[in-house]
Amino acid sequence: MKPLIRELADRALESTLAIGRYALFTGRLLAETPRALLRFRLVVGQVHNAGALSLVIIMLSGLFVGMVLGLQGFDLLERFGSEDSLGTAAALGLVKELGPVVTALLFAGRAGTALASELGLMRATDQLSAMEMMAVDPVRRVVMPRFLGGIIAMPLLAAIFSMIGIFGAQLVGVQMMGVDPGQFWSQMRGAVEHDDIMEGVIKSCVFGVACSAIAVYEGFHAMPTAEGVGRATTRTVVISSVVVLLLDYMLTAVML
Amino acid sequence: MTQAQRLDAAHDPCIVRIRGLRYGIGGRTLFDDLDLEVARGEVTAFMGPSGTGKTTLLRLITGQVRPDAGEVLVDGQDVAGLGRAGLYALRRRMGMLFQNGALLTDLDVHENVAFPLREHTRLPDSLIRSIVLTKLHAVGLRGAAGLMPYELSGGMARRVALARAIVMDPEILIYDEPFVGLDPISLGVVLRLIRELNDALGITSIVVSHDVREITAVADSAYLLSGGRVLASGKPSGLADSDSAEVQQFMRGLPDGPVPFHYPAPDYAEQLFGHLSP
Ligand SMILES: Nc1ncnc2c1ncn2[C@@H]1O[C@H](COP(=O)(O)OP(=O)(O)OP(=O)(O)O)[C@@H](O)[C@H]1O
Ligand SMILES: [Mg+2]
Repeated sequence: MKPLIRELADRALESTLAIGRYALFTGRLLAETPRALLRFRLVVGQVHNAGALSLVIIMLSGLFVGMVLGLQGFDLLERFGSEDSLGTAAALGLVKELGPVVTALLFAGRAGTALASELGLMRATDQLSAMEMMAVDPVRRVVMPRFLGGIIAMPLLAAIFSMIGIFGAQLVGVQMMGVDPGQFWSQMRGAVEHDDIMEGVIKSCVFGVACSAIAVYEGFHAMPTAEGVGRATTRTVVISSVVVLLLDYMLTAVML
Repeated sequence: MTQAQRLDAAHDPCIVRIRGLRYGIGGRTLFDDLDLEVARGEVTAFMGPSGTGKTTLLRLITGQVRPDAGEVLVDGQDVAGLGRAGLYALRRRMGMLFQNGALLTDLDVHENVAFPLREHTRLPDSLIRSIVLTKLHAVGLRGAAGLMPYELSGGMARRVALARAIVMDPEILIYDEPFVGLDPISLGVVLRLIRELNDALGITSIVVSHDVREITAVADSAYLLSGGRVLASGKPSGLADSDSAEVQQFMRGLPDGPVPFHYPAPDYAEQLFGHLSP
């Protein structure tokens, strides 16, 4: 048995190396971005892929999250007699926090795993080697459009999530609990500022880069076996979720 | 490479030269001090038992993996010394048929064959379409242009892959096990295609296979590889008459002989019953 210290040191070294590899890979992807944007047709196809895959699940989740927010927010605000601010509370919660974060988590689970397993399977079935043999760089032809597609889809999905969430909060607060609709909307409009929206947009863009990079990295570097592909998809979800929550804290701390 | 070197290389009767190649993977040495040559304009076969490293040898020739020692020269260029741009430039002159076809699963048959053209040329759609249909016709699959790869049988997929390998009119065509899983008719067609492409277009063909009969029919010369070295080389018909026991064993398909049928393993009895002895 290895001594504990040795084991810990190995682990630390291994994770540092992994972070380094991630950084190098992401750096390469970002460096390739301008050239990849020139082949916009490929990117658009992937925006459609990533976006359409996640759209229904995003809309459903947005609705339920918004409705829960309506219930909880109403219960909380009623204690202070300020249930008229429900619109503001729900909108800020969704736009700044829940929209970007929950969207990113759902994206990792739906589109991210699909990306990782697709790339892993391409590796396992020699498709990536075949491209190399045809003098086509698989990073440029396959990875880049998927990476950019994810980055573009994420803020759009987050916006849809927040919109539907606000509608859900309104549904519960106004239609069920009897909050005054005029108050609900006008307070929201008065209180939510440009900066709040920008905070949400920045977050979801950052999450988009992180989730897409993790998914394509894991898929692209998967072991070329069924088990390797399975492991790549699992790692995609786990790593993306932790990274999103970590980044969320850091971004919130910086932007508040 | 200078102009003079390039001219020199073009006159070299051998398009591939391998000298002193050593390569190991997974703690096992596959090749040790291997030398071989592929003559320009001919069909050269690499034969050998499964697991000898024939596919690996192709990967070395195409620069997908790098040798531990020795050199692999293709048209005078040391493949291991090439950067990515050089390697890609070289590969654009090669076509390779993968052992399992390796079609791109998100594109249909037509787009699979058109893929290299779309990536490397700016030909108009109508011209690409005619080129693709010609190549598909050559492998008898013009009617399958609209199918997706998962709708193809294994043999059909390899024929599509063959059409894709020749779509850029390469100078070197590499076939990894082109005869596996083909019915007798397709087999005949593919054999004839290999020969015709080679002769009509003046390309060089490298065929990896263990099908002695097919190789004898199509190849100008053959290398028999086993245990990391060249057992025999020369005209395929000559190999069959060789008096080496090892060569005879392979050419006639005998299980017992100097060429091991088994992957390297500990003693059989020892492994089965070793734990029983005190
Ligand atoms: N990624 C790898 N890791 C470890 N060993 C490998 C790897 N790839 C191949 N090998 C080993 O290298 C040897 C040669 O493999 P290769 O695919 O080149 O054989 P082959 O001659 O093409 O066999 P076949 O005729 O069955 O296709 C095999 O014994 C295999 O165990
Ligand atoms: Mg092989």
